[in-house]
Amino acid sequence: MTIQFNTETFRDDYSFRNSDWAIKRFPFPFHEDSYMYSVNMEQHRGGPEGSVYEKRFDVDEHYVSEMQDRAIVLADDPLRCQSLPHMTLAGWDTLELIMVSKSEDYPDLFELHRDGNRWRWINKPMGIDHTFTFLDETTLPCGPLEYITRQAQGDYAVLDQRGDMLYMDAGMVTTQADWSLDFDIGMDFFEWHAPVPLAHEMGIFKRALKFLLNIQQGAPARRLNWTMTVNPLLDTSPENYHKWGIQKTSLTPENIGAKQHLRVELQTFYRLPRSNALLFPIRCYLIAFQDLVRIPKWGRRLHRVVRDLPDELATYKGFIANRPLMLDYLGRHDDGLPTSPGVWPDLDSEPPLQTQNDARSR
Amino acid sequence: MSAAPQKARAGAEKIDVIVSAVVPLNELVTRFEFTRADDKAFPPFSAGAHTVVEMRDGDRLRLNPYSLMSDPADSSQYAISVRRDDAGRGGSLFMHRSVKVGDRMKISYPVNLFPLDLRGRKHVFLAGGIGITPFMAMIAHLERMGGAWELHYACRNEALGTYVDQLTSRYPNKVHVYFDDRNQAIALEDLLDGQPLGTHVYVCGPKGMIDWVHATAAAHGWPDENVHSEEFLAPQPGKPFEVRLCRSDITIQVGESESLLEAMERCGVDAPFLCRGGACGQCETDVIEADGTFVHRDHWLDDEDHTSGKKIMPCVSRFVGKSLVLDR
Ligand code: HEM
Ligand code: FES
Repeated sequence: MTIQFNTETFRDDYSFRNSDWAIKRFPFPFHEDSYMYSVNMEQHRGGPEGSVYEKRFDVDEHYVSEMQDRAIVLADDPLRCQSLPHMTLAGWDTLELIMVSKSEDYPDLFELHRDGNRWRWINKPMGIDHTFTFLDETTLPCGPLEYITRQAQGDYAVLDQRGDMLYMDAGMVTTQADWSLDFDIGMDFFEWHAPVPLAHEMGIFKRALKFLLNIQQGAPARRLNWTMTVNPLLDTSPENYHKWGIQKTSLTPENIGAKQHLRVELQTFYRLPRSNALLFPIRCYLIAFQDLVRIPKWGRRLHRVVRDLPDELATYKGFIANRPLMLDYLGRHDDGLPTSPGVWPDLDSEPPLQTQNDARSR
Repeated sequence: MSAAPQKARAGAEKIDVIVSAVVPLNELVTRFEFTRADDKAFPPFSAGAHTVVEMRDGDRLRLNPYSLMSDPADSSQYAISVRRDDAGRGGSLFMHRSVKVGDRMKISYPVNLFPLDLRGRKHVFLAGGIGITPFMAMIAHLERMGGAWELHYACRNEALGTYVDQLTSRYPNKVHVYFDDRNQAIALEDLLDGQPLGTHVYVCGPKGMIDWVHATAAAHGWPDENVHSEEFLAPQPGKPFEVRLCRSDITIQVGESESLLEAMERCGVDAPFLCRGGACGQCETDVIEADGTFVHRDHWLDDEDHTSGKKIMPCVSRFVGKSLVLDR
């Protein structure tokens, strides 16, 4: 498969676009017409061909532009990538996992040639051809975690596991839904999840932690999370809230279809072999409402989910003020027909939107 | 719920291996070396990790965990050292008596329940007898990374001093050996008192030794998180059992090396699942009738559910007894 990489921006003029291909394979996160937090974890060992679940690290048309956006964020704020001193080995683990996975899963885009610890890495989309010594930091332009995550879509939290607890001791975080690595660094699993409503009381984090502590080498897992973002912004960080927060007030009935995006995170979990740390890649996918409603099932369902979402969640996810506007727009794409179970578009079996006229003429 | 849940096996993946060497080290201990049957490289592992070796002993399946003692940087082979335990459950006897060079076996991906604390400025290893094995890998790792360490190794006598010669000749200044039959003992209190800040202590050996180290360290003001010991939770292959699935109207057998969920799938029953690890709650199943005991291993049900005998999570939990009827 050859991927045509987009030339696009996630800031200023927001030229980000999804192709038809990207729309159809969008990781729509709702398998039914309502949503509540759950321990929604499953194994990450492939998925349907062409879906974002198929490869260990999905590469799509936004790859090159997302990496350019990351470079801009890092130039402005180097603290977006941090690694406590004991996490260097986990950084090498991460580099190895990503290089091996990408070169095996996308041989036409990435190549890795290993001769003992002499490694040659070729990243064709980014025009990189670099030879270095594995485990020797002096042969890379920066630390191993930063080096490889400047070439891999999504954010990365690297968790040290000590005494039945996970600690956020390293990461690369530039495409996050309003949380900060610099604030969370060194925190434990319950501390960094403290702001999340309802889930603690539901026992979700206790169970999730037990599951994560048991994740073993060769048996990665995944889950989905979602929120809403006005304009296709990757970097919605607390550090820059003053820049993007006010954009939420710019929504109008006329521009909402283009400006309002559903933001979905495909989160995966890998046990790292040399360090025994846990790698937590958080891959962000954005889709404009106007593109999403082109899949009739998704339009119907998103309307019902947003309508019935508990206020606590809408507040935490930061869209409670815009919910009425969203419902106006989405309501026009929900004809009340039932939806098929599961997340897939089901374009062949789900009927197109019935307009008012259709309904009346029957 | 889910996007595209996969019916992959829960837990550690398995690796097909060939026994490439069987090296008796002394009267009790033998080293077994493995190469991969598919000629690929072994996955890297972290020092302190173990692998679970599957043994087909007649019609019994034995699963024994053994520390990986080879150099973690060597991906061409894995090695374990097995002490013959004449009074044990039989796994080590099987290894000693029946396993030969050229045999094919299955071992699990590495699992680490005894990792190095990578923040440690210095690592002090306390080994008793066969407890030396995880430290062999830790030492190789720290030597490569330039980490500070020392080893205090108690053995019954010289003849049973597994790897003593190799260790003392390679690292004469870092290895201290104590022989019981010469009344030599680790001077633990002095040892603990003399350590720089940021030192971590690791103990692997008989239970009495582990308890002694934890207690002494605590009495000397060491924080618990700086004292590490290996806890082997020997994985129990469940005994086979029979289940009646009422809604599907069939009776199925659950084999010793498959889960109840896998057995249902094998028999064509479409059972719900997501995590396959006892956490998500999807596979929760009502018990209609049970005469026996449940072996609950999930994190989903609470204690009350577990004792009630009314629910089971088929992805991880099992049953021992006469009969079990489920609402599935
Ligand atoms: C070790 C891996 C994980 C890391 C590093 C992580 C990190 C985070 C962070 C930084 C946040 C944002 C908190 C804030 O508002 O500041 C968050 C939110 C959340 N996390 Fe995690 N998390 C992990 C695993 C999980 C797992 C396994 C689950 C659950 C089943 C989970 C459930 C949630 C939920 C429900 C939220 C709220 C999200 C929303 O409503 O948008 N997390 N997580
Ligand atoms: S499948 Fe998740 S608890 Fe059984």
